[in-house]
Amino acid sequence: MDPVLNSGDTAWMLISTALVMLMTVPGVALFYGGLSKKVNVLNTMFMSLIAFSIASIVWVLYGYQFAFGADMLGGLIGNPANLLFSGIGVDQLSTLAPTIPETVYIAFQMTFAAITVALVSGAVVGRMKVSSWIVFSIAWLSLVYVPIAHWVWGGGFLFQWGALDFAGGTVVHINSGVAALALALLLGKRKDTKLLPHHLGYSVIGAALLWFGWFGFNAGSALSAGGLAGQAFINTNTATAAAMVSWVIIDYLKTGKPTILGAISGAIAGLVAITPAAGFVTLQAAVIIGLVTSVVSYLAISYLKPKLGYDDALDVFGIHGMSGLWGALATGLFAAPFINSLGTGVFYGNPGQIVTQIVAIAIVAAYSFVATLIIGKIIDIVMGLRVEEKEEIEGLDITQHEETGYRI
Amino acid sequence: MKEIVAIIRPNKLDEVKDALETIGCNGITVTEVKGRGRQLGITESYRGSDYRIDMLPKTRLEIIVADEDADSVVNTIVETAQTGDIGDGKIFISSVEDVVRIRTGERGEEAV
Repeated sequence: MDPVLNSGDTAWMLISTALVMLMTVPGVALFYGGLSKKVNVLNTMFMSLIAFSIASIVWVLYGYQFAFGADMLGGLIGNPANLLFSGIGVDQLSTLAPTIPETVYIAFQMTFAAITVALVSGAVVGRMKVSSWIVFSIAWLSLVYVPIAHWVWGGGFLFQWGALDFAGGTVVHINSGVAALALALLLGKRKDTKLLPHHLGYSVIGAALLWFGWFGFNAGSALSAGGLAGQAFINTNTATAAAMVSWVIIDYLKTGKPTILGAISGAIAGLVAITPAAGFVTLQAAVIIGLVTSVVSYLAISYLKPKLGYDDALDVFGIHGMSGLWGALATGLFAAPFINSLGTGVFYGNPGQIVTQIVAIAIVAAYSFVATLIIGKIIDIVMGLRVEEKEEIEGLDITQHEETGYRI
Repeated sequence: MKEIVAIIRPNKLDEVKDALETIGCNGITVTEVKGRGRQLGITESYRGSDYRIDMLPKTRLEIIVADEDADSVVNTIVETAQTGDIGDGKIFISSVEDVVRIRTGERGEEAV
């Protein structure tokens, strides 16, 4: 691509950025808010709201610079040449997306950082102190998200090894899913571990907004308004639809009835799974990725979770972690060079790609898990992670915010 | 006089209220309540896990009528609130010693 500003690309990226913003607030906020208890609905939504604001500030002050600055320290981190947004000209074009302004690319990537932290909150609803969540968000973005974004997208060592992640299967979903698991283990189980959504209608609206915003997330990751964006768009929609159908079939087989929560869970699983593959695979592969991913997440939630006994309240690990894992592996299998010359998977003659994907998944998952445990443990020692038992019983809306979601 | 307390499905309230009106029974007190019957509630399934929901929303009607009207009111409630499925509710009938209309001070059946 010529390093010349393209107004069509820029317009599409501005829209995409706004679409991804919509995924966090109100998408994740409503999706998680509806699934939580009535007495925790505001706290659950607040965790997404504040995550977006924290990421917005961290990202422009130093996050972007470390994540996408010129590679240094052997692929570990970017060179923060433009700390505090200094030296970034208004007409300066992005190095990684040379037809759009750097400011637009920064804003686009900022929304990815924000939603990744917000996703983690689903595992800890109903029991984490809001002050600890705020500190955790700052620390986790800085010490976990930023380096991983550099490794995979910013020219770091996994990027150099050829790991494929079109829009965030590894950086966003495996990362947030594994971090959610680590934080859930640190916090321990809630007193009442049932998943009884207090307002599934909120969750349906939230899931629909996520689906809508995901077009910006995935098709925007083409970084231009062209054929690749179109392919990513149609792949995203198709895989999501297939995953919803697949989860509904599982529901029918298990209980004889389709559930609404199953339908939207399938949709989210499909969106997650197609994310790393969206701009690398054919439409036929997108169907397979979507159909399989619901089985993966369903098994994780229904069998793995009860067996291992962790309390991932809203199944962040089960859906984002496990469907992200499947999507990242599927990218290594199905990446077609005639869709995107940057990716050739096993089925198109590059068996090494699956090895690269597995290595990238293992490194990101291991780092995310250990680093999250360390950050969480330090916060626990310094200020405590979990609310008092009586506060948990009374609900976090009133005890953490002195507000209630429902007056009537 | 009799007090008739009926626990019915919330979505049957309007139907029951209209039917009672047609037999001349207008005085009615309605409360939204929660409870369970012999079946201990119902089962709901979320992401493959089954949960027993044993406190279901119900509507509680309180009606005070003259002794001779009690059967007619009870039969009307049964006819209109019945679906034949589990969870239709119950009716409790008890005797009332006296009734006072606060506005006028009337007592007994005159106050009903």
